[in-house]
Amino acid sequence: MAGLTGRFSVVVKSKISKMLDRAEDPSETLEYSYQKQTELLQNVKKGLADVVTSKKRLQLQSQKLEQQVVKLDTQARQALAAGNEALARTALERKTTVQAELQGLDGQIAELESQQQSMIDNQAKMQSKIEAFRSKKEVIKAQYSAAEAQVRISEAATGVGEEMADVGLAMQRALDKTENMRARASAVDELEKAGAFEDLTQIGGGEDDIDRQLKELSSGSQVEGELEKMKAELSAGGKNAGELGSGDGPAAGGGTAGGESA
Amino acid sequence: MIVRIATEGQYRLADEAVERVNALDNEAVAAVEANDEPRFTELFGRIIALIRAEGIPLPEDELHGSDVIVPPPDTSFEEARHEFTGDGLIPD
Repeated sequence: MAGLTGRFSVVVKSKISKMLDRAEDPSETLEYSYQKQTELLQNVKKGLADVVTSKKRLQLQSQKLEQQVVKLDTQARQALAAGNEALARTALERKTTVQAELQGLDGQIAELESQQQSMIDNQAKMQSKIEAFRSKKEVIKAQYSAAEAQVRISEAATGVGEEMADVGLAMQRALDKTENMRARASAVDELEKAGAFEDLTQIGGGEDDIDRQLKELSSGSQVEGELEKMKAELSAGGKNAGELGSGDGPAAGGGTAGGESA
Repeated sequence: MIVRIATEGQYRLADEAVERVNALDNEAVAAVEANDEPRFTELFGRIIALIRAEGIPLPEDELHGSDVIVPPPDTSFEEARHEFTGDGLIPD
């Protein structure tokens, strides 16, 4: 059979016969191979765990950015309500930047997620493949010890050799894929550690310049308001002078008892 | 005939179906030679689908060498172009 599968068959078969020729004790070779497969599976699992960790870190980052979007939006509204359009514009501009960053980040998370899912499926397949190999190797080991089964062994040996090579190939590919994913996740991770998102989340942490300006605005207008009120009260004359002392709290009309409890 | 989909498992496949696999296989080679990736992907997918649909999975306790070994289902065009040789696809 020519073609891709034909060529592939030839290559695989020649590798297998080389492998079998090299093997002095089939039982030992099979055991070694099984051990190696199990080790490789551990590596695949470890790689996946790393990827999941990176993904979680990116998800946290994404949540922070989302909070930032909400905060900037609120700030813009507050600034606008206070009549400072320039400040509102600054907040909205930042919001747009953060949103763009958030989109990119979410895209990367989604991609990692789907790859991760396919790797989990793959891992389960590997697991059952290794399990199958484990029972096959026991079959051939049993046959090998029975001298009268020599003829059957050669066919079975090819079969188990092929299985061994195939599990090896499957493991190799699973590992390669895991490594690719791990590399991709850690690349984004590095970006995060290098502070690529830092500028954006810094805005969210604690009080920022928009906050301060808003506070100035509101404290400014509060001061203005109280001033206005005081002026009004003063201008009303000395007849209500007592109210100035009791302040403008909700309990102001409740007499002295209310004032003491507050 | 016994056909193995590499990294997946072995199937017992009727000779007539193997002939169809072979025909698709030749087309897939032509697609690779023509550098036509979509065509290759489509044909290779049909090869895998045909074996899975019409083949009977070999029981786990049966040990046989395969008559035909089909490359892994996730074989990329790039790998196919390298004709499945070299250490990349088939580890020792």
